[in-house]
Amino acid sequence: MAKRQFKIWRGNKNGGEFANYQTEIEPGMVVLDAIHSIQAESAGDLAVRWNCKAGKCGSCSMEINGKPRLSCMTRMNSLPANETVTLQPLKTFPVIKDLVTDVSWNYRQKEKIQPLKPKPRDADGNYRMMQEDVDRIQEFRKCIECFLCQDVCHVLRDQDQANNFVGPRFMIYLASLEMHPLDTADRIPTIRKEFGSGLCNITRCCTEVCPEHINITDNGIIPLKERVVDRFYDPVMWVKRKFFGV
Amino acid sequence: MTTQEIAVGGYSKGFSQTHRTDRWWIGPLLTFLGFSSFIVYSTWAALQGNHYFYGSYLSPFYSPLLFVDPSVTGGASLEHAWFGGWPSWWPSFVPASPAFLVLAFPGAFRFTCYYYRKAYYRAFAFTPPGCAVTALPQKNYKGETFLLLFQNLHRYALYFALFFIIILFSDAVQAFFRDGKLGIGVGSIVLLLNATFLSCYTLGCHSFRHLVGGKLDCFSCDATSSTRYGLWKRVTLLNENHMLFAWISLFWVGFSDVYVRLVSMGIWHDLSTWGN
Ligand code: SF4
Ligand code: SF4
Ligand code: FES
Ligand code: FES
Repeated sequence: MAKRQFKIWRGNKNGGEFANYQTEIEPGMVVLDAIHSIQAESAGDLAVRWNCKAGKCGSCSMEINGKPRLSCMTRMNSLPANETVTLQPLKTFPVIKDLVTDVSWNYRQKEKIQPLKPKPRDADGNYRMMQEDVDRIQEFRKCIECFLCQDVCHVLRDQDQANNFVGPRFMIYLASLEMHPLDTADRIPTIRKEFGSGLCNITRCCTEVCPEHINITDNGIIPLKERVVDRFYDPVMWVKRKFFGV
Repeated sequence: MTTQEIAVGGYSKGFSQTHRTDRWWIGPLLTFLGFSSFIVYSTWAALQGNHYFYGSYLSPFYSPLLFVDPSVTGGASLEHAWFGGWPSWWPSFVPASPAFLVLAFPGAFRFTCYYYRKAYYRAFAFTPPGCAVTALPQKNYKGETFLLLFQNLHRYALYFALFFIIILFSDAVQAFFRDGKLGIGVGSIVLLLNATFLSCYTLGCHSFRHLVGGKLDCFSCDATSSTRYGLWKRVTLLNENHMLFAWISLFWVGFSDVYVRLVSMGIWHDLSTWGN
């Protein structure tokens, strides 16, 4: 048991400052537990969002010692013992209060994406899919919408491209639809243009921070980029389509 | 209780700002040093135009040997060249080295590789230098849509790279024969490993993974798609280790040149069953 030092950003959309706190850490505590202790002991008005405390709801995202992480899944003993723990709201989204940000931009992105358009049912009225056809998209369905990948993506975080790029979370959502064995919609032109696949420079930070260990870049974004190449950039494919209809 | 006043969220503006406390810069620094050393060495080695051949070992930097100048020391003899002697039309300002004819293709393959792109965008272009470390500010970030549009042609570099696998394996096989006699030397193993590592790198390519099967939405729909699914799964295994093979094969191709060069210069001695 030891006291640990914390530096927590307090404020709202108009500004704020770091405040210092300390609290006793018991074995097994996660960062969210420590925040709750601080709330109880010295900062009753400290705002933090959380729900499941099990890494499944995606509410408790924040930046811990500069890294986008789930506070309920970050053990205190995984952080260097002699260092002050710095806690900040996600950088990419507007602050509401203290550690809570407004992530509703993400919901608006999802609304822009054409949903699944399934082909007709089989004669017996069922849909049939084989396991090997859905393995790939099941990986993407593990997403808990914590938006840590959206937060860390430099295209949204540093380059101010929120109007031109949907971000990694929605790239894998698009991939799960595009790779779906029953789907009949064509989203490739929108993936290239509206959703901005070319703005991702595959630097993989999204994959590095994903708490569900989804291989966002290799299994989602790169396969989509390759499909875009098939359609828009590969001259041989273009000739084949144009003259042979394949 | 309060400390300093900073912008909303506590984030300061400007390049390379971060609150990360780990040594995030080690990765990009090693990448920078690794790539720079390789570029410097391979350019130097390509400029030499000599000591690329010993016995039946051919440095991979010089393969395929399209033309040969038989007068250089440590070079191959005329019968090893695909098209014979050094061409008279070769412009005098370009060094007469067979390596220049071929390095461009593996170079283009690695330059447009999805893994290398990640590595040099981080280590050389700082977009971003590390995760949650502020990227170099750009007025109007274009990613891979504008000047970098050519990255979309990576698959064409892949086609050449697949051809190079065949050539390098054939070099490796020839390295087990000297004057028609089957044998083995350290150099034979070096060149065989070179072709093997290069295959593991090339066959794990993301574009290859897409072309062999990744582009399909249904793996079970017919016989061809099931076969392609099998291929896709194998390529996926290599693809999961693409970064590892990118580094191993890069190091080994450089080392293979060093090996042949030093043996040809007489500095290293090649242990072999041929006894010379
Ligand atoms: S790989 Fe692409 S989507 Fe993922 S963080 Fe980097 S730029 Fe953003
Ligand atoms: S992909 Fe991963 S990091 Fe992104 S929102 Fe989903 S779970 Fe979070
Ligand atoms: S509280 Fe649900 S993921 Fe952390
Ligand atoms: S992606 Fe690396 S070689 Fe193609």
